[in-house]
Amino acid sequence: MLEKRVIVCLDVRDGKTTKGIKFKGNVDIGDPVEMARDYYEQGCDELVFYDITASSEDRGIFIDVVEKVAREIFIPFCVGGGLSGIEDIRRVISAGAEKVSLNSQAVKNPEIISQGAAVFGRQCIVLGMDALKDADMPSGYQVVINGGRTRTGKDALEWALKAQELGAGEIVLNSIDTDGVRNGYEIELTSMISKAVDIPVVASGGAGRPEHLSEVLTRGHADAALVASMVHYGDFSIHQIKDALRKDGVAVRIPEEIL
Amino acid sequence: MITVIDYDAGNLRSVETALEHLGASYRVSPDPADIATADKILFPGVGEAAHAMAVLRKRGIPQALTEAVKKGTPVLGICIGSQIILDASDEGPTECLGLEAGRAKYFSSEFQAHGITGLKVPHMGWNQVRVNESHPSAGLFRGIPENSSFYFVHSYYPEPRDASVHLAETEYGFPFVSAYGRENLIACQFHPEKSGPAGLRLLDNFIRNF
Repeated sequence: MLEKRVIVCLDVRDGKTTKGIKFKGNVDIGDPVEMARDYYEQGCDELVFYDITASSEDRGIFIDVVEKVAREIFIPFCVGGGLSGIEDIRRVISAGAEKVSLNSQAVKNPEIISQGAAVFGRQCIVLGMDALKDADMPSGYQVVINGGRTRTGKDALEWALKAQELGAGEIVLNSIDTDGVRNGYEIELTSMISKAVDIPVVASGGAGRPEHLSEVLTRGHADAALVASMVHYGDFSIHQIKDALRKDGVAVRIPEEIL
Repeated sequence: MITVIDYDAGNLRSVETALEHLGASYRVSPDPADIATADKILFPGVGEAAHAMAVLRKRGIPQALTEAVKKGTPVLGICIGSQIILDASDEGPTECLGLEAGRAKYFSSEFQAHGITGLKVPHMGWNQVRVNESHPSAGLFRGIPENSSFYFVHSYYPEPRDASVHLAETEYGFPFVSAYGRENLIACQFHPEKSGPAGLRLLDNFIRNF
């Protein structure tokens, strides 16, 4: 049976991992390559790196991080932030990433999803979607971009379905309302989107305790759960999280010792 | 020298980093001559089957690979490599290499045909691999605990016709063949290069013991 994935998210700025609350007040917390190796050894299933500055002059530093990570870890990882065309995607894929996450760029230019899927395969193209509660939207959530600063007027559910149709192979669904707050994922949003699409949905935003993952992977119908703060600050190890998930009856991979 | 066949099918970098980590000597090449002279061949890739076949044909790879298999060079097909080794793929659809009888089938069509609902396509993530221990190539999994999980990402799956070549199976809606092998030709649907320590061990077994 397909196991639920625990994915660690690292926001990278100027070659350092950083973390903020509700996308603000970021502080540096470590070296992304060392952190990636540590999470790999702990048994995390996948990693996501977001280049959160994504200004052109810093792009080189970030690609260098991607290349180093690729040499250290032997699980899939996804890269996002500031990818605006096929050549940007090709650069991070050639550096060793399996997937790219398209967020603001996909809203501004949806064709990048179909173009990316045609060239690299749909398994490679992840839609990163930041959603904000909004009672005026048909689904109750609006898509926001630019790190949560800009409202798009797009309905979250409609955009998820559109992105799937264009060729996205997966959706990382981040709730702005719960991001970094560590009080649990947005279950309602995750469940609605995950049930509506045929592609895997990764829940993001709000993990603080292992039971939050259990909840979003069962009641929230997520295929995977993203964690950041709860592991970055050493409150929980990947092993502790997976142990707790198993106790709750959620099937996860616990790598055994290889002789 | 191991030849990793380059046919523009996705991420060869991850196969390279895994081989570097294992200390293997390899070259990544689209050249049929490098296939003919290889001690071992890795045939990896992700992508679309019809496109992959078109590139392979353009580069004259099918004939070189067929001859290498005939003369006994160990070949490991990975992901789409495990599908296009067969006669044909429903993706396209397209005729494939015909090195093993069978075809690659589409999960969505099979789910629909069998009334299976609620499973997403692509089949993406970690899933358990049950090894047929009596298969002559079971040594590929030596040192790896029973029912270990490997990383999968695919919408099509290989269905080799001859049951005696089935080396491993995995459950996704129904059991499908996640690894198969006939003599020196071996294939796995999952990505050993992205399957953590278990995957590295499998690649190491292939490099050193086949």
